[in-house]
Amino acid sequence: MKRILDKIGGDALYFLNQAGLLTIFLFTTLQRMVMPPYRLFPVVKQIHFIGARSMLVILVAGTFTGMVIALQFYNTLVRFGSVNLLGSAVGISLIREMGPVLTALMVIGRAGSAICAEIGIMRSDEQIDALECMAIDPYRYLIAPKIIAGVISLPVLTFIFIFIGIMGGYLVGVLIFGVGEGAYFQGMYDGVLWSDIQMGLVKSLVFGLIIVWIASAKGFLLHLDRSGAYGAEGVSRITTNAVVLSSIAILFADYLISALMHEPGMAS
Amino acid sequence: MNRFSIETVVGLFLVLGLAAFSFIAVKMGDIGFFHDRDRYTVTARFDSISGLKEGAFIEMAGVRVGTVGKIRFDNLDYEAVVEMSIPNEIELQEDSIASIRTNGIIGDKFIKISAGGADELIPPGGEIMETESSISLEELISKYIFETDS
Repeated sequence: MKRILDKIGGDALYFLNQAGLLTIFLFTTLQRMVMPPYRLFPVVKQIHFIGARSMLVILVAGTFTGMVIALQFYNTLVRFGSVNLLGSAVGISLIREMGPVLTALMVIGRAGSAICAEIGIMRSDEQIDALECMAIDPYRYLIAPKIIAGVISLPVLTFIFIFIGIMGGYLVGVLIFGVGEGAYFQGMYDGVLWSDIQMGLVKSLVFGLIIVWIASAKGFLLHLDRSGAYGAEGVSRITTNAVVLSSIAILFADYLISALMHEPGMAS
Repeated sequence: MNRFSIETVVGLFLVLGLAAFSFIAVKMGDIGFFHDRDRYTVTARFDSISGLKEGAFIEMAGVRVGTVGKIRFDNLDYEAVVEMSIPNEIELQEDSIASIRTNGIIGDKFIKISAGGADELIPPGGEIMETESSISLEELISKYIFETDS
């Protein structure tokens, strides 16, 4: 009995400890970030890694997501004879939900895991301690460019995803099922409001922060992990943790933002 | 990797993203940089606008000519006040009629304006006096069911 209580208490304390460490990590980074000197090239390099090299996977995922949304909505709408709503259904679901969330999940898989492993190995090999010995601030040198790049890259990737998804929907809806081209696009232009685009934008900005924050914090705090594992095993465990935790955080934040930005008067 | 520097790739990436965003924002977000100047606003009061949303269409003779702006509730007269944005080249006569109609049976509500015959025009910021409220199918049915007995 005592053992069970120990386990519950230990887990709770560990959870609180981790939450605190992650929060302190974020605020330390944000604080160090605003201090000069500012160096642009590391940020460009990270945008290249997080953003530009995720393009291919985003293009493929976006095309198929748009196609499958159009396919499913067409099958439902055709029963009510309101195929004209296909464009706005595809547009709104891509802009509000599918675009930001799927882009974030793709980036977690492609870049989040890599960031976590990279920083985790640096911690494990004591490279971060070496930086500190040389009076180079690891927060500003390592983490800040990644966070800035994440916040810039995610919205860009998200809107590329949405655009290509709309084209994928066009492919299935208009070219295969023969919905009117005008009905598809005009329905979309009419159905999508500026508030929808705003929601997609806010979501992608927040997701960009969350992904890079959790991935780099988990790697950076490798030595404080409960399992105490260092080296290859510790890095592999911490990377798995980071991917799971940031995916859950994305889905949770997605619901939270949707609920907060939901305007009761405008709902339909 | 040798032919393209990192800067080129990142620049291309950001330009693509910006293009996608501006396409979506301008086409769908109705950001009115271009339209605001050649439009004017008129208001109309309705007993009920049930189902009408901000951003709904305004039709004249079946053609979309404008959009519904702000909707507010007048707590003195218990009426709904609707702002409508109309292009400058369309002149509305004093006795034009604004009525709320439904697109199909379950479709969106929109406002239909029927042109009048008077000489006087409604100035920008003016009000359409003749209005018809939205017709509720349920109310019609209940009227039919409960009032035919007598």
